[in-house]
Amino acid sequence: MNASSNGQGAEKAIIVVGLGKQYHIGVQEARHDTLLKSAGAWLASPVNNFRRLRRLSAVDEGEAADVIWALRDVSFTIDRGEVVGIIGRNGAGKSTLLKILSRITPPSAGRVILNGRVSSLLEVGTGFHPELTGRENVYLNGTILGMRKGEVDRKFDEIVAFAEVEKFIDTPVKRYSSGMRMRLAFAVSAHLQSDILLVDEVLAVGDAAFQEKCLNKMEGVTRVGRTVLLVSHNMQVIQRLCNRAILMQKGRLTAEGAPSAIVGRYLNDALAATTLEPVELGQQVRMNRLTVTQDDIPAGEYLDSGRPFEVHVHYDILEPVRNLLLGFNVVAGDGIALFRTYDMLTYGLGERAPGPYESVFQLPGGLLPAGQYFFEVVVGIHRLRWLSKGDIRLRLNLGGARETDVDFPGVVSPVGSWTVHHNGDAAGEHV
Amino acid sequence: MKSEQIVIEPVRGWQVIDWRELRDYRDLFRFLVDRDIKVLYKQTVLGFGWAILRPVLSMVIFTIIFGNLAQVDSDGVPYAIFSYVALVPWLYFSTALSASALSLVNNTEMLTKIYFPRLVFPMTPVFSKLVDFAISFVIVFVLMAWFRIMPTARMIFLPLLVALMMLTAAGMGLWFAAMSVKYRDVKHAMPFLTQILMYAAPVVWSGTLIAERFGEIGRILFGLYPMVGVIEGFRSALLDTGPMPWDMILIGTFSAAVMFVTGLFYFRRMEATFADVA
Repeated sequence: MNASSNGQGAEKAIIVVGLGKQYHIGVQEARHDTLLKSAGAWLASPVNNFRRLRRLSAVDEGEAADVIWALRDVSFTIDRGEVVGIIGRNGAGKSTLLKILSRITPPSAGRVILNGRVSSLLEVGTGFHPELTGRENVYLNGTILGMRKGEVDRKFDEIVAFAEVEKFIDTPVKRYSSGMRMRLAFAVSAHLQSDILLVDEVLAVGDAAFQEKCLNKMEGVTRVGRTVLLVSHNMQVIQRLCNRAILMQKGRLTAEGAPSAIVGRYLNDALAATTLEPVELGQQVRMNRLTVTQDDIPAGEYLDSGRPFEVHVHYDILEPVRNLLLGFNVVAGDGIALFRTYDMLTYGLGERAPGPYESVFQLPGGLLPAGQYFFEVVVGIHRLRWLSKGDIRLRLNLGGARETDVDFPGVVSPVGSWTVHHNGDAAGEHV
Repeated sequence: MKSEQIVIEPVRGWQVIDWRELRDYRDLFRFLVDRDIKVLYKQTVLGFGWAILRPVLSMVIFTIIFGNLAQVDSDGVPYAIFSYVALVPWLYFSTALSASALSLVNNTEMLTKIYFPRLVFPMTPVFSKLVDFAISFVIVFVLMAWFRIMPTARMIFLPLLVALMMLTAAGMGLWFAAMSVKYRDVKHAMPFLTQILMYAAPVVWSGTLIAERFGEIGRILFGLYPMVGVIEGFRSALLDTGPMPWDMILIGTFSAAVMFVTGLFYFRRMEATFADVA
C-alpha cells in the first residue's frame, strides 16, 4: 500500500533500540500451618506488606525470583508512512510495547525515538463521563487524547457526522445505547491529527457496518502518509491494513516481514497431529503425543465438522501431582479464542499417580462451522503455575457439513432444533 | 504540523517538571475542571444548593454543640457567624484535599490507558472546588447583614488567603495522591485525617486560644499549619476579631510552599510507576 515511501530515504518515524520492560510480580505468600504462626504473620503483615508494595516499583538489575521481563531486547525501525501490525499470543509483550511507545509506562531498558506527534488509541472512550452530553464528552475526550480545543472545534461536525449521533449530541451519554457510545468514542479517536498513531484492538467496536466504516477510515488514515502501529488478534485486519508485520513471542521480536508471511508463520506455529516430540513440562508432566480420531478411526488434519471427533492427549505423570489442569484453548483460524476446556471437568483435581495417561476430549458434531482451528494445549497446576500455555498447538481443518449453498455466518454453528408451525392449517410439523 | 521528537528512556530518580508539556495540555485541564463542576451535582434535587446547605448545616450543629452547650469562646462575635466564616475555607480545603489525594486511585482506568501529564489529576480539584467555595462565601455576607457586622478594609487581603488555601490543598494533595497509588491505605485514612486536621485548625475554637495556652512560640509553631493563618485571617478580615495574623500567614505560606514544591518533585518521582502498580 505505502511501499513507495520505502527506499526514498524517508525519515524514520519510530526507532526502537534494545527495549526492555520488567515487572515485579509479588512474591508468593508463605503458608502457615498453625494458628499461632498465622497470628504472628498477621501482626507482622503491615511490615511485610510495606516491603512488598515498595518492591513493586523497584528496578532490579539482577534476576530476582519475582521479576519477569514482559519485553526484552526489542529493536526495530518504522519508516514514515508505514503501517505495521504487531501480532503474537497473549502475553507476548504487544500491549506492553504500545504502552511504552505511548508513554503510559517507562521502559526498564533501551530507548525509543518518535519523530512526530504521537497519539494512541489503546482503548476507545477513556474518560467518557456518563453524565455529560455527547458534545461535552467529545471535547473532554479530544483533549484527553492530546488535541487542543481549537482542533476539536474544527473537527467537531465531522466527528458527530461520522458517529451518526447528530440528533443526540446534547443528550447525556448515559442515555446513549452502548453502540452509539462506542461510535462516538471511536469517531473522536479517528479524527486525531497526529503523525504517528498507535492502535490496540480498538477496531472491534460496533456492528458489522460500523466496523467496515472504521476500517475504511483507517485505510484513509494510512493513505495520507501517517505512520500506524497496530496491535490486533484479527489477522484479516492485519493483512488488509498493514504493509509490514512484526511477530512477538515471549517478550521478544522473533520475525518481521510481509504481513501474509508473518501471519502465516504465526498461525502455522502449530503442529500437525503426529509431529509432536515428547516434551517435559516442569517436573511433573511429559507430553508424548497428540492424536485425533473420528468415528474411532485415526484421523489427520482434515475432519468432518458435522460429526463428533476426539483429540487424545497422551502423557506421562512423572511424580504425584494434585490440582492438575490439562486441556485445550480452542481458537478459530483468525485468532479468535472460542473456549477453553479441562479434563478436570470429569477427572477432578485429586492426586494423579505417576504413570502413563490418555485424556480424550470429544467435540460434538455440528458445533463449529467449517474452517481452520487450533487446539492449544494448556497444562497447569491450579492456583500455582502454568506448565504450558498455548505453546503446543494442533491445527485442524473442519470440512463443511451442511450440503447447501446457504450462508451461516458466526463463530459457532450448533444444529439446535427448529420447529415450524404453519398456523391456520390443519397441522404440519417439521423438525 | 510542526515536527517534534520524543525520546523515551528508562527513568530513575528525580525528574524535572515539564512546564512546556503542561502548557500544551492546558485545554484538557480546563475541560477536566469543567467536568468536575458540571458532574458534581448532576441528578440531585438541590443541585448547587448543597454548596450552601453543607456549611450551613455544619454551622447549625457547631453552634448548638460548641456555641451553646460547651460555651466555646468566639472572640466576641455570634458563634454562628464565627464558625461559618471558618467553615467556608475549611470545607473547601477538606474537599479539595480529599479529591486531590484520591484523584489517581479513582482514575486508574485513565491512568493505565492513556498518557497525559499526571499532574493534571491532583490539580483539578484544587480549582473545581472553588465553585462551591464561592457559592458558600456569598452566605457570609447574608449572615453579616443579619448580625449587622461590617466587614473591615482588610478584606482586600482575602484573595491572598484564598491563594494560600489553594496552595496548601495542592501541596498536601500532591503528596497523598503520589502515595495513594502504591499504598491504598491513603484511601482509608483520608476521612479520618481530614477530621483530625479540622480539629487541629481553629474552626470550632478561636485562634486566640493558641497564644493563651502555648505562648508566642506555640503561635509560631501552629502557624506552620497554613490553614490556621487562613482561617484566622478570614475572621480578622470579615469579623474584625483582631489584626491580620501576618506572622502566622507568613509562616504558613512558607510551609505551604515547601509542601507544594516537595510534593511536585515527589509526585514526579513516583509518576513513572503509576501505570505499573495502579
